[in-house]
Amino acid sequence: MTDQQSQAPAELASESSAGLTATGGADLHIVDVTKRFGSFVAVDALTLTIPAGSFFALLGPSGCGKTTTLRMVAGLEEPTDGRIVIGQDDVTYNKPYKRPVNTVFQSYALFPHLDIFENVAFGLRRKGVKDVRPQVESMLELVELSTFARRKPTQLSGGQQQRVAVARALINHPEVLLLDEPLGALDLKLRRQMQIELKRIQTDVGITFVHVTHDQEEAMTMADTIAVMNAGHVEQLGAPIDLYENPVTTFVANFLGQSNLIKGSVTGKSGGDVLLEVQGSRMAMPTDRVHSDSDGVWVGVRPEKMKISHQGTAVNGENSMTGTVTDASYMGVSTQYLVRLPWDQEVSVFSQNLSTEGPIRVGESVVLHWEPAHTFALDASQDADAGAEKVEGDS
Amino acid sequence: MSPAPVVGVGGKPPATDEARSVGSNKFTPYALLSPGLLWLSIFFIVPTIVMVGTSLQSGSLFDGFTFTWEFSNYTDAITQYADTFIKSIVYAFIATVLCLLIAYPLAYTIAFKAGRWRNLLLVLVIAPFFTSFLLRTNAWQTILSDNGPVVGFMENTGLLWLLNSIQTPESWPEWLQFFPEGITATDRVLATPLAVILGITYNFLPFMTLPLYASLERIDGRLIEAATDLYSSAWKAFRKVTFPLSLPGVVAGTLLTFIPAAGDPVNAQLLGSPAEAMIGNVIDSQFKVTTNYPLASALSVLLMATIVTMVAIYVRKAGTEELV
Repeated sequence: MTDQQSQAPAELASESSAGLTATGGADLHIVDVTKRFGSFVAVDALTLTIPAGSFFALLGPSGCGKTTTLRMVAGLEEPTDGRIVIGQDDVTYNKPYKRPVNTVFQSYALFPHLDIFENVAFGLRRKGVKDVRPQVESMLELVELSTFARRKPTQLSGGQQQRVAVARALINHPEVLLLDEPLGALDLKLRRQMQIELKRIQTDVGITFVHVTHDQEEAMTMADTIAVMNAGHVEQLGAPIDLYENPVTTFVANFLGQSNLIKGSVTGKSGGDVLLEVQGSRMAMPTDRVHSDSDGVWVGVRPEKMKISHQGTAVNGENSMTGTVTDASYMGVSTQYLVRLPWDQEVSVFSQNLSTEGPIRVGESVVLHWEPAHTFALDASQDADAGAEKVEGDS
Repeated sequence: MSPAPVVGVGGKPPATDEARSVGSNKFTPYALLSPGLLWLSIFFIVPTIVMVGTSLQSGSLFDGFTFTWEFSNYTDAITQYADTFIKSIVYAFIATVLCLLIAYPLAYTIAFKAGRWRNLLLVLVIAPFFTSFLLRTNAWQTILSDNGPVVGFMENTGLLWLLNSIQTPESWPEWLQFFPEGITATDRVLATPLAVILGITYNFLPFMTLPLYASLERIDGRLIEAATDLYSSAWKAFRKVTFPLSLPGVVAGTLLTFIPAAGDPVNAQLLGSPAEAMIGNVIDSQFKVTTNYPLASALSVLLMATIVTMVAIYVRKAGTEELV
């Protein structure tokens, strides 16, 4: 008896995960979509193409329209204007239950009156699948919850509930899986673990994942492509590394990590470089990192790209400026300095503790220097603090 | 199958003695229970014992009653009034079903669709309580009377004839003849089974609506969205998610309606004829008119036992302990 029972699920599992890999998902096109609630424009003429099989993140602060966008794809909101196309099918006005899309809801929305097995089987039963057992069992195996099939959702921990929510959506082989802040309710350690887990599942099944989050680290860890959203439109779209290394707006520069933005102006060109004048100093940077049509720019540098040295250190071929250290926080792997510049602006510098000359003390005069290739320039008409006041950590 | 591994997530962690005793002592629960216990022992347990005792007495009001283990009171009660018992339960059952059919859509609308009208509608549901139960039932006499609006409307639309034709088949045994003359009489509603059932339905409607509302209102809207996301039409989502989650309200509402309705004497008294007398009326007249206290007590004990048994079976079938 035990032999038969233990063998059966293993066979079914391999069959079914092979079936899942074959689906691959479909392209999702959001074409010129607008959503208004009364006079409030939640999503403003948004156009996005999300390629099949990708892990795509919509990242932005609360109220930026990312969840509304997701709900329109799921069919839980109807767009005021525009079209939503999955593969070849225009689904803009289809009911939610007539779309090849499933959602992992924020705080999971597991059915409390059904056990884990029935929660996962819910979609299959509604579609009229006769024998749900093999599929449900292999799906529970995929999320490592086989022994919990007869528990009620309230008897599971947050991380386990999260995996049930993923299983309940994935078992239906959607073309697109939508994840609405799926890890928001978990503590930090579990969130890290689930980030890796979700990425693994996405690679296994190859379905298009659209992930909505306000957590920039979560988006960067998991997604192939991130769209940073603000006030109903996309600020910048690209791979995590491009967004972080070469932001095109002050919002992206501040929302993804931190940036030091210093007022400057473009004075000319030299070869592939642009020459800048920043508070009396001359600097250079690559032309393709200038994102401004006018000569007035915010010159930006990430804190960890700035190097800090004792006054008088030679800084050949690098951009540099001088200042006074006003604060130093030793954090083990790095030290965070606040440096006051002569024109009364403070910049932050993250410095790895590599120096053998001993620490730099508060009150000391220092030279800040960085590679021209680490410089980016943004339009000076933008708000230098845009996106900086995001809420860290849990929502 | 080996037992599933136990994971420490079910239920709350055991409270430590220190945590429990902060700002209190071990007598606190008893102190908090004592007013209720005292009240129930004086006004429920003692009268019940007295009632059971009286039901086994014999004698008359003039000669005095003596305790003689007179079990024939029970056999008399059953042989004489079995049909009244059944009639009471049938009336209460029909009224409970009507209450559920009326209250469910009402509670659903208030919970999910009412928006800013929610509080006003809730006040309207309990508004009848601002007037006495007796007074409102008296008002129904006028409404249902032969010259009243209900009869007028039904005559003009031909419904009275239709209602009059709803009878229990003559082939059914006598004790199943709930409506031998139809649920209305010729050209009248007052003093018919319909009037009594409508009166009960009206009077107990808030007791059905409020628990239903409370359980519907607690349902997380995202669960319904999740159901539609998982291929449920609006109707399927209702059947598979909303309704099962509202079952605690259905159970509470039906109990709060059925239990008092089965023993209620007022509606049958004011809205029915002697033919519609329910068990509450029989007990009432046995005590006050016939002064056969032992028989009246035996009837009361039987009513209590019947209801407790039915409720126990019902609650077990509905499986409330399984519900969240």
